[in-house]
Amino acid sequence: MSELLILVLAVPLTAGATGVLLRHRRRLQRALAWVTLGGVVAISLLLVGATSDGSTLTVDVGGFPAGLAIVLGVDALSALLLTIGSTMTLVGVVFAAASGEDDHPLFLPLVLLLWSGVALAFVTADLFNLFVAFEVMLVASYVLLTLRGGGAQVRAGVLYVGTNLLASTAFLLGVGLVYGRLGTVNLAAVSTAVPDDPAALAGMGVLLVAVVAKASLVPLHGWLPRAYVHASPTVTAIFSALLTKAGVYVLYRLTSTFLHDVDGFLPAMLVVAAVTMVVGVLGAVGGGDMRGILTFHMVSQVGYLVLPLGVWTRGAVAAGLFYLLQYVAVKGALFLSAAAVIRSEGTDRLDRLGGLLRTRPWLGVAFLLPALALAGIPPTSGFLGKYLLIRTAFEAQAYVAGATAVGVSLLTLLSMIKIFNGAFWGDRPGADADGRAPTGTPVGTTARRVLVGMPLGIGVAALVLGPAAAPLLDVVGAAADALLDPTAYLTAVAR
Amino acid sequence: MSAAVIVGVLAAGGTYLILQRGIVRIALGFVLLGHAATTLLIAAGGVGTRAVPFAGAGADAADPLPQAFALTAIVIAFGITAFLLALAFRSRDVQGDDDLEDGR
Repeated sequence: MSELLILVLAVPLTAGATGVLLRHRRRLQRALAWVTLGGVVAISLLLVGATSDGSTLTVDVGGFPAGLAIVLGVDALSALLLTIGSTMTLVGVVFAAASGEDDHPLFLPLVLLLWSGVALAFVTADLFNLFVAFEVMLVASYVLLTLRGGGAQVRAGVLYVGTNLLASTAFLLGVGLVYGRLGTVNLAAVSTAVPDDPAALAGMGVLLVAVVAKASLVPLHGWLPRAYVHASPTVTAIFSALLTKAGVYVLYRLTSTFLHDVDGFLPAMLVVAAVTMVVGVLGAVGGGDMRGILTFHMVSQVGYLVLPLGVWTRGAVAAGLFYLLQYVAVKGALFLSAAAVIRSEGTDRLDRLGGLLRTRPWLGVAFLLPALALAGIPPTSGFLGKYLLIRTAFEAQAYVAGATAVGVSLLTLLSMIKIFNGAFWGDRPGADADGRAPTGTPVGTTARRVLVGMPLGIGVAALVLGPAAAPLLDVVGAAADALLDPTAYLTAVAR
Repeated sequence: MSAAVIVGVLAAGGTYLILQRGIVRIALGFVLLGHAATTLLIAAGGVGTRAVPFAGAGADAADPLPQAFALTAIVIAFGITAFLLALAFRSRDVQGDDDLEDGR
């Protein structure tokens, strides 16, 4: 069973390389990518089943002796994130086929490479290997972001590459400092030694700055909204499901293994979470295009995702994981509906759109359902997630952070209404000042159904998941138990 | 001590260069920062013991793990430098130079 876990990254990596060779045989390349990602989803579900009892599956890559072997370990948290991440990647590549974005011969290989890096980040139990995982994922994302190669992409690309490269260098310096102090970068060994060793803790702090930048927490969030809006629409959707979530995963993992013991970490996390929520949502309210608003919401929502790290009770962590799983799907659906608007209307600027509900009613519904889930309106899954998050925060006497989460929800709703009013309600403005009206390119019937059907399907799922959340709550509850008491995980990955 | 000085000088030079506007200068800045990180990794394994590890290793065998880390980091930094230079080249194509304008 534990050998399966290496497949979730080895197979996509191989398929990505093969995809480059198949770049002139597009149908074959597409079939390869879809089958690979479908298989990864299936394996991830198997891993969820195998780890739901709190056990951890491990494998030593290459069979090197203890101390040199790279350890991969999967517990319930990793398995759940593998499942939702691979599912959204699969959704993204199918959507890209309908929107025509996978026409670029390197698009699918790069997505597979991106996934391999993300999967490695989710399963590795070694700090240096985590650096490698981040790099694999970022290199793929650098190229995906700049794939269209226009002036805006180049500028956004330099900002994105520069920020992430600086964060990666800090990460590497942190790894070096920790190794110099402890002589190991195995997560289990580091977790036992660091809390009692101020010098190693300082090294870990350098590393943590890099993780915070990659998760785009305030004050290291500025790169995300400026870079993501310039990627092609489906790429933004895939990025939103994978990249910052890898950073959030590392924060959960490190908090679980030792950071919750470090004095002052929990209160600091509460402050960071609350400030991130507020700053992100204020940027979103001020945005003027669909993707601009949605990317600022990514910053705001990361605040919700890390709120449990400042509370650190079983209920809060379970609520955070439930919220994370449904949020990845909901946010993906919002970006996909924005991508569908861009594909058919040629723009996502709210001052140039309007009246879409009349011409494309199902597209309106496909945006509205996930938008309500993002804002946390009952009975969607977003409501349940936010309710649990806020209730557990209040129960742990984190009143300010809890109240901030409530207030930010209102502003989230406001910015969703702004998009709905601007794009779907009212009338479409005529030609703009210079006499040009944006036009999209014609879309075939099947493609149009896929473009609307995918966000719509996720929206309906979010609606159903709210009232029918009990089975998923059991699963995330088990994952939260494993995180609150990391002994089993640490024993399994110790070498 | 010498390792610390090297890391400090490289990091200072790299920081200065990545604050410039030209993409080529930024790329060179990251090259220097990458070297700083590599030197730090090597120093983390101890600079006193330098003999070949594994093959007939004695007491003064170097720690092999940081060397593996450094090699990996060098390869990654090389690839990303190439990508940054490609971006600079593309920038010259689309806007005539590699200067980052004050975009929105």
